Amino acid sequence: MKVLVACKRVIDYNVKVRVKADQSGVDLQNVKMSMNPFDEIAVEQAIRLKEAGTATEIVAVSLGAEACQETLRTALAMGADRAIHVHHDGGLEPLAVAKLLKAVIGAEQPSLVLLGKQAIDDDCNQTGQMLAGLLGWPQGTFVSRLKVEGAKVAAGREVDGGIENVELKLPAVMTVDLRLNEPRYASLPNIMKARKKPIDKKTPAELGVDPAPRLRTVKVAEPPKRQAGVKVDSVATLVTKLKEEAGVI
Amino acid sequence: MAQPATKSSSAASPAAFAWDDPFLLDEQLSEDERMIRDAAREFAQSRLMTRVKADFRNEGADRSILKEMGDMGLLGSTIDGYGCAGVNYVCYGLAAREVERVDSGYRSMMSVQSSLVMHPIHAYGTEAQRQKWLPGLATGQLVGCFGLTEPDHGSDPGGMKTRARKVDGGYVLNGAKMWISNAPFADVMVVWAKDDEGDIRGFVLERGMKGLETPKIEGKFSLRASPTGEIVMHDVAVPTDNLLPGVKGLRGPFGCLNNARYGIAWGALGAAEFCWHAARQYTLDRKQFGRPLAANQLIQKKLADMQTDIAIGLQACLRVGRLKDEGRAAPEMISLIKRNSCGKAIEIARAARDMHGGNGISDEYHVIRHVLNLESVNTYEGTHDVHALILGRAQTGIQAFTG
Repeated sequence: MKVLVACKRVIDYNVKVRVKADQSGVDLQNVKMSMNPFDEIAVEQAIRLKEAGTATEIVAVSLGAEACQETLRTALAMGADRAIHVHHDGGLEPLAVAKLLKAVIGAEQPSLVLLGKQAIDDDCNQTGQMLAGLLGWPQGTFVSRLKVEGAKVAAGREVDGGIENVELKLPAVMTVDLRLNEPRYASLPNIMKARKKPIDKKTPAELGVDPAPRLRTVKVAEPPKRQAGVKVDSVATLVTKLKEEAGVI
Repeated sequence: MAQPATKSSSAASPAAFAWDDPFLLDEQLSEDERMIRDAAREFAQSRLMTRVKADFRNEGADRSILKEMGDMGLLGSTIDGYGCAGVNYVCYGLAAREVERVDSGYRSMMSVQSSLVMHPIHAYGTEAQRQKWLPGLATGQLVGCFGLTEPDHGSDPGGMKTRARKVDGGYVLNGAKMWISNAPFADVMVVWAKDDEGDIRGFVLERGMKGLETPKIEGKFSLRASPTGEIVMHDVAVPTDNLLPGVKGLRGPFGCLNNARYGIAWGALGAAEFCWHAARQYTLDRKQFGRPLAANQLIQKKLADMQTDIAIGLQACLRVGRLKDEGRAAPEMISLIKRNSCGKAIEIARAARDMHGGNGISDEYHVIRHVLNLESVNTYEGTHDVHALILGRAQTGIQAFTG
C-alpha cells in the first residue's frame, strides 16, 4: 500500500509572529521555518504504517517555494521513501493546494493520503476536505486513532463529545490530530541517508492547475493588546460589570 | 581585479540585524548542517534539559543518556560506517554546541565517547578492533572512557608513570589514571601507557579484566551530571589484540585530544549562549527602581560584550571547522579556539550569574551550573595557560613549558 503525505512549510511554532509594517501579511524575513507540526504527525503515522508492514512506500509532497525542499528533507530523514516538490513562488490557497495534490495523486495512485488537520500559519482546516471532495474519496478528519484493516481504514475522530469511530473504504483522505502519535526525531544517520533519496520537481503548469489566488487579503493586523485586569470590591460590582461591561450574563 | 572601494549604493535601507545571530551564521551553514543542528537542539532541549537539574544535583546521570545519544546518532558521528552517521566536522561542532547549551557534562560524555574512544579505535585500530567495538559504541550499548591524565601528570602527559610490560601474548599494565570522564560505568577504556622501550602506546582495556578498577571520584563541584572516576591498574593482563597498533608516542593521545578540543570550542560557546540569553531575558523581566534592569547602561554593556565575544568566537569555530573538513586545520588553530571559547565562556557565565542577582546562585536558573561546569571545561584538555604556551611557541619558536 502506498501512502502519500502532504507537508507544508510554515513559520516555526516557537517563533513570535510579527505583522509587516504595511499590514500586507506576516514578516517572514530571517524567520525560522519548519514542517507544520500536524503534518509531522501525518509523516510519523505513515512511517508507523510502514514499520507495521501495512504501507510499502511513503511519498511526501510539499507545495511552494524552493525552500520547501528543506521540509521534504525532514520528511525523508524521518523515514519517507521519496518526495515530490511542486514549485510555486506565490501564495497558495487551500483550493489550489487541493487541486495540485489531486493531480499528484492522479499520477501516484496512493491508497491513503495523510495530511495535518490544519496548518498552524493560516489555520484554514480546508485542504484535506477539499481534496477528498475533488477526488470523490471518503474523508476522515481530526483523526486521533487510525488502523488499516484490509481494504478499509478504521479511525477515531476527535469531536466535541468525545471520539467518533468511523470506518472508511480505501482509498481515503485522512487529516490527523495532535493525539494520534508523537513524531520521532530525525537521527543524524537518517538525515545523512535522506540526502540520497530523490525529490522530483513539478510545476503547477505541468500538473495542469492554475494556482492563482481566489481571495484578496485586505489587511493583516495584530490582535488587540490584552487589557489589564481590575479588582472589584464587592459581588454586586462584579455582577454589574459582568452584565454591563462584559455582557456575559 | 581589485574590488571597487565603494559598495553598491542600491541598498537603500540598512540590512536587518538579528541580535541572537549577529553575523547570520545560520546562512553560512548548508541545508544538511542546519537540519543536523536543529535535530540536535530538539533532542537536547526535550531529552536533556528536562533532566539536567536532577542529574546535576544528585550526580544522577547514567548510561541511559549515552544510549539516547546513540539512538540520535550523536556518538562518533564523524565516522563513516560501523553504524555511525558520517557527518562533517562542522556538524559535529554544531551538535556539541547544542548539547553543551544544556550542560557541559553531557557534552563531555559525548566528546569522550566520540573523540577519545571511537576516534582512536577508528584511526589507530585494526579492522577487527573497529568491528569489535565501534558498532556498540555508536549505539551507546557500550560506553567508553579515555585514560591519559595521571595523579601527578596532567599538562605533562609525557611524564606518565603507567607502564605496559611486554609478556608472552601481550602486556601487563600497572598504574593509575585520574579525572576520567565516564570511567565509573565504562565498558572499554582506551589507556595510554609506556612500553619497555619508553614509547607511549594505546590499549583498549575491558571491564572485567583482573586487577582493573574504576572508583568514582566524589566531591566534585563541577560537571556533576557527568560521572568521573579513576582507572586503577594492578598487573592487568592485556592481550596483544587489545593494543592499538597504528600509533606510537604522544601523537596518539594528542590526535584524539585535538578532535575533542575542537568540539569543546563549539560546545563552550553553546553554554555561553545559554547564559547570555538567560541574562538578557532576566534583566528584561526583572524590574528594580521601577524599570527593567536591562535599562541600565551597565547591563547593556555586559550584554554587548557577551554578544560580541560569542558572535566572533562562533565565526572562528566555523572557520576552523571548514578547514578541518578540508584537512587543513593545524593543531594550533584548535588551541586558539579552545582557549578563546573556554576563557570567554567562563567570563560570560560569571557575568550572567552576577546579572541574575541572588537568583543566580540557584540551580533553578541554570547559570550557576554553567559557571561551575566551565571551570572544568576551561581546565581539561589543555588549560587556558597551556594553550597560550602552545601559541607562544608557535610564534616565537621558543618553548616555554620547561625551564
